[in-house]
Amino acid sequence: MSKEMMSGNEAIARAAYEAGVKVAAAYPGTPSSEIMENVAKYDEIFSQWGPNEKVAFEVALGAAFAGKRAICAMKHVGLNVAADPFFTASYSGVEAGFVIVSADEPGMHSSQNEQDNRNYAKFAKIPMLEPSDSQEAKDFTKLAFDISKKFDTPVMMRVTTRICHSKSMVELKERKEAGLNEFPKKNTKKYVVIPAHARIKRVMVEQRLKDLAEYAENTDINKIEEGTGELAFITSGISHNYVKEVYPDAHFLKLGFTYPLPMKMIRKFVDQHKKVIVVEELDPFMEDQIKVAGINVHGMDIITNIGELNSDIIRNSIEKTKDEGTEIRVSIPVRPPALCPGCPHRGVFTILREQGVRVMGDIGCYTLGVLPPLDNLDWCVCMGAGVSMVQGLEKAWDDKYADKIVGMVGDSTFFHSGITGLVDMVYNHGIGTIFVLDNSTTAMTGTQENPATGKDIKGNPATRVDIRKVCEAVGIKEIYDVDPQDLDALGEVVAKALASKNPTVIITHRECILLPLRNKVKFTPLKIDTEKCIGCKSCVSVGCPALAYDKKLRKTRVLQELCVGCEVCSRMCPKSAFTKNGEPLVYEKRHKIRGK
Amino acid sequence: MENLNILIVGVGGQGVILASEVLTLVGIKTGFDVKKSEIHGMSQRGGSVSSDIRFNKVKVHSPVIARKSADFLVGFEKLEALRAIDMVADDGIIISSNYRLDPMTVSAGSMIYPDDVEGIVKENHEKTYFFDHIETIEKIKNPRAVNIYILGALASFIDIEKEIWIEVIKSRVPPKTVDLNINAFEEGLKIGG
Repeated sequence: MSKEMMSGNEAIARAAYEAGVKVAAAYPGTPSSEIMENVAKYDEIFSQWGPNEKVAFEVALGAAFAGKRAICAMKHVGLNVAADPFFTASYSGVEAGFVIVSADEPGMHSSQNEQDNRNYAKFAKIPMLEPSDSQEAKDFTKLAFDISKKFDTPVMMRVTTRICHSKSMVELKERKEAGLNEFPKKNTKKYVVIPAHARIKRVMVEQRLKDLAEYAENTDINKIEEGTGELAFITSGISHNYVKEVYPDAHFLKLGFTYPLPMKMIRKFVDQHKKVIVVEELDPFMEDQIKVAGINVHGMDIITNIGELNSDIIRNSIEKTKDEGTEIRVSIPVRPPALCPGCPHRGVFTILREQGVRVMGDIGCYTLGVLPPLDNLDWCVCMGAGVSMVQGLEKAWDDKYADKIVGMVGDSTFFHSGITGLVDMVYNHGIGTIFVLDNSTTAMTGTQENPATGKDIKGNPATRVDIRKVCEAVGIKEIYDVDPQDLDALGEVVAKALASKNPTVIITHRECILLPLRNKVKFTPLKIDTEKCIGCKSCVSVGCPALAYDKKLRKTRVLQELCVGCEVCSRMCPKSAFTKNGEPLVYEKRHKIRGK
Repeated sequence: MENLNILIVGVGGQGVILASEVLTLVGIKTGFDVKKSEIHGMSQRGGSVSSDIRFNKVKVHSPVIARKSADFLVGFEKLEALRAIDMVADDGIIISSNYRLDPMTVSAGSMIYPDDVEGIVKENHEKTYFFDHIETIEKIKNPRAVNIYILGALASFIDIEKEIWIEVIKSRVPPKTVDLNINAFEEGLKIGG
């Protein structure tokens, strides 16, 4: 068969295809997003973006109940959202293979926490596999479907950013259809989890764990790699490769099936070596269980439980060494991400800052509003909190500060978990102001479709769910539609909404700038008349990467290759120094940073 | 050549990913085991981007290059090259554009883009080759082909047949731009002499 260079995510998608998966669902989230994007390329699989991870999980579980193989994928925090069905699916089991991919993010490259979702497998008593490269990502995913069927259980594939986003060679195989040939017969004792049924299943789940532990002892994805010398390691996932890089000749017990653990195998391995170190990213998941079993190993006493590991950290931890960094005689400015030039969110933050508003944010590109120079986000926790937490923020002070607080969600986040917060606000006497920043895409994770875009995962037309109508139906009395780049109109709307004693929604409509740029739409960049520029830095306060302030000359430059001429910066200029097509840009109203 | 570690650094949107894709395919065609790793997520938003590419005749283990073990550090932007200087091996080579792209922290006036980044890189690492961004664009006649020019510069130091590079580039760039990109690659080859 042919071989191809694949990322871990592409390999998991390929595995779904080869394993005969019929239904696949996900909500995008770094580092998992490309799994479903790639599954969508296979016509044999019905694939979809769910509005959130719980829905995606339940769609896939439904298919597994209906006798077809199903897969769902999500980032680590997504499994928090899907945790409810996750735990009970452990009791019900499935009719055909069901695999949940949890993509964890040690190092938090694009995440709000560093939770180790291996704990979920143990918590829900669900078996778990951890691949260490793309080939294993494919092989293990396929094996996970077989395990799921054999042991009548959902199976969790736990991957991490470096597995998802690193590429290595993968051998391709043909698709094999799987699952039932007929719709399954009624089986309420198994699939209706009333207490009487669940109590019976509860006992079965414990027996299943014992059977799985026995399976773990015998599967060839748990294996000893004989080495030489004294060093001996127990490893799983990407950690294996980091250790192997530093100590290629050490002894390894490499575990691919990591819950339940093959404790007999571990005991035997540890007995054969003087000192064994468990190397795992984040929590001492294996280490703790091994120690509880009375087996003496090392782990977090040597290697940190914080952040991503790498071969340097492992070498330094084991050899008690420290790397000396090159001493550079200047300080290197950090390069944080920023809202793109022409980003529709920039206008919103500019106006909210001007009006001195405190912002309850959410998860999306607009979270970048927290970074200087915009520096205009006060709180951010998780998806949906941009709506619901506003109620608490305001009620804590009897609505005294309701005219100083707004909540904020994106279009995709609105459907993810924003609607329930609105219902709460309407029902429980709330008077909050909520922004729905509709940029017609799920931008942060790579511009995926969502219920508001009118397209499905494959880009085919789909029924568009109207955000305004949803707000109306929920009972929001005041709804404003506004272009976020029309700063004057936006400013008026914000003032009105904040003064209102009703729950209010402001929907900003402008597509993410990445969409027209991808379609090669040409924009006219702005220029600056340097004679007029007084170097006041008002323009650069909007945090646009297309502007560069020259400290020596005390002038702003517009980077022509980046500017898309959105005119948010130019509306800040007190001297009308900006030009477009050679014409000076003069506005009726100048926008300001508060207090200036 | 038993193994090769190449670290490419730059800023989101500069073409780091395409360059690393080409490099990966060149490695495979030459018969190496190859792993490549990069961090997505924030890359489109003007943040720092890096891509680790590793070739090994037998097997690559870690997809990530250890510090002081990059045989080549390739900079699409000079500050990013400086930031990654601890990654290059003592006998490794730095090839970088002298292009300056101000981070938001600088363009908003709160931090300073150091003067003489090129000098600082050179004083910390002898085998360093900077090329002039503007002159290069004039030579290759298209700013979008700079990434292929850089691959040419890299290729001039690596013992892999030129035909393999050209074949892969042809397969990866838009059909209309093949000649332009091949020309950019040839220009880059002149760097190593």
